[in-house]
Amino acid sequence: MSEPVAPRHWAAHPRSGGTLLLAAIVALLPLALPNNYAWDVAIQVALNGIVCVGLNLLIGYAGQISLGHAGFFALGGYASAIAASRWGVPVWLALPGACAAVGALAYVIGRPTLRLKGHTLAMATLGLGVIISIGLTTEDRITGGPDGMPVPPLVLFGLIVQGEKVWYWIAGALLVATVWLALNLIDSPNGRALRALHGSEVASQTLGIDSARFKLQVFTLSAVLAALAGALAAHYAGFITPAKSSFLHSVELVIMVVFGGMASVFGAVIGAAVLTMLPQVLTVLKDYEMMVFGAVLVATMVLFPEGLVPGIARRWAGRKP
Amino acid sequence: MTSAWLQFIASGLTAGAIYALVALGFAIVFNASGAINFAQGEFVMVGGMSAVSFLAMGVPLPLAIALAVAASVVVALLIERVAVSPARNAGTVTLIIITIGVALFLRGLAQLVWGKGVFRLPGFSGEEPIAFFGATLLPQSLWVMGGAALAVLALGAFYGRTLAGKAMLATSYNKLAAQLVGINTRAVLFASFGLAAALGAIGGVLIAPIAFTSYDAGIMLGLKGFAAAMLGGLGSFAGAVLGGVVLGLLEGLGAGFVSSAYKDAIAFVVILAVLFFLPGGLLGARHSDRV
Repeated sequence: MSEPVAPRHWAAHPRSGGTLLLAAIVALLPLALPNNYAWDVAIQVALNGIVCVGLNLLIGYAGQISLGHAGFFALGGYASAIAASRWGVPVWLALPGACAAVGALAYVIGRPTLRLKGHTLAMATLGLGVIISIGLTTEDRITGGPDGMPVPPLVLFGLIVQGEKVWYWIAGALLVATVWLALNLIDSPNGRALRALHGSEVASQTLGIDSARFKLQVFTLSAVLAALAGALAAHYAGFITPAKSSFLHSVELVIMVVFGGMASVFGAVIGAAVLTMLPQVLTVLKDYEMMVFGAVLVATMVLFPEGLVPGIARRWAGRKP
Repeated sequence: MTSAWLQFIASGLTAGAIYALVALGFAIVFNASGAINFAQGEFVMVGGMSAVSFLAMGVPLPLAIALAVAASVVVALLIERVAVSPARNAGTVTLIIITIGVALFLRGLAQLVWGKGVFRLPGFSGEEPIAFFGATLLPQSLWVMGGAALAVLALGAFYGRTLAGKAMLATSYNKLAAQLVGINTRAVLFASFGLAAALGAIGGVLIAPIAFTSYDAGIMLGLKGFAAAMLGGLGSFAGAVLGGVVLGLLEGLGAGFVSSAYKDAIAFVVILAVLFFLPGGLLGARHSDRV
């Protein structure tokens, strides 16, 4: 995917054409949404998509795994909720403030963490996530403990943001913006440095790439995107519990990225969409839900080890003469 | 003061023995396949839960334990054949996701078979606490520590004295070289899953009278086992045992002297600190990357 290509028409380029296609889908989807429940699922897809696009920059492009991103997701929600409800900060200010605070935290803890590699990095990020999760559960005077806490609604321009339809347009617009940002980043010189890093960190260092700095920047960016989605999800739901920070949620996010396809921005969005909707479909199966979810996951990864989107794209390309 | 120390050390060692068994399972599969098997904790759960079921059917306890370990091994071998073996040439992350899928499948299956209830086994030799130097100890704790020690010794003998064990060891050092001398590395991966599941199930059965068991008991035990394996040095058997014991002790002392609510967090904070300064773990290899 990184081989030189002849200049293409702008609409055929994923950065412009792909973003436009996604924007068109987001804009037209409401025509097909039958009820509030469907709007709600669409919002969840968009919010998970924002996290996954960020996480895919880290895992798929920079080749650094994180098993603790649910920690940043939940911290975003809690920080915004606590600032707004306990300290009286207006929500429109608390939300970006929470994202900035989580970003600063990720920057500080990312420095020693990202020196680690492979399974060690997986363990370290997993540990960070678990520590955040236990902290949120235990500090019940601040966070409400295991039962969670209510989150005040988002107020923009003096109007309370509520209802699935308004939230859909906010989440959808932010998803399109995130995808556009990610595609631009990957095509930039920094993005090329990132992809070189994935190939071989030592080789990229000998080319003069400051790999530690790039890894830290991408880690911070992905944490900020997770915090943004987490804060939006909290204000949308009006409630947050420590379950959002659980190891299982971190794993879910990584699974969405890998399932959709590593190093594919649209793969991340499709992975988020399929795996967010799958449990909704599976509730029909009630008791069999978790079992079927696990089986579907295993079957997909055995059939498409590189993820759904690159796997299907390759088969489709292979079928053409 | 002394008795408090003793108490915390005893409970720490009990937990540490289980973590060591789970960590050994991680090390065995990692050595054979280069992947972390995130379903390792589920084998612990399957062992504990099926022992409860066999006992409820009227099977005597020793036989119920043996059958539970056997059941866990059969489940693991099936999973290796159906889910892991077909993808053995895939990347590490893909293998991790597959084992996570397997873990979810087993958890779902357990929920279907046993429901969401919490079960326990009776103590193997009664419930009367033993007093020593002002601290008390459940007899089951002795079973846990003794059983784990015995399992570790048996594993050592298996690797040191049997041809199958030596073949597995050779594969863990160098897979290609092992293939060249005629070792069937696919069979080694197959056997590794069974062996890891057996160790996990033994841990699950031993701990079930103290910590109880439920369909989702595997998650935290799996994470702690992974942490213990990393702490000791991934892929090192001695490291897995040391990591498990150290982790258990830190947790026991941390829960006693610092905060029981932060018991689990203390363990992970210490692991982070160790990884930052010794990325290879306590007994891990020190090596540089090849380009």
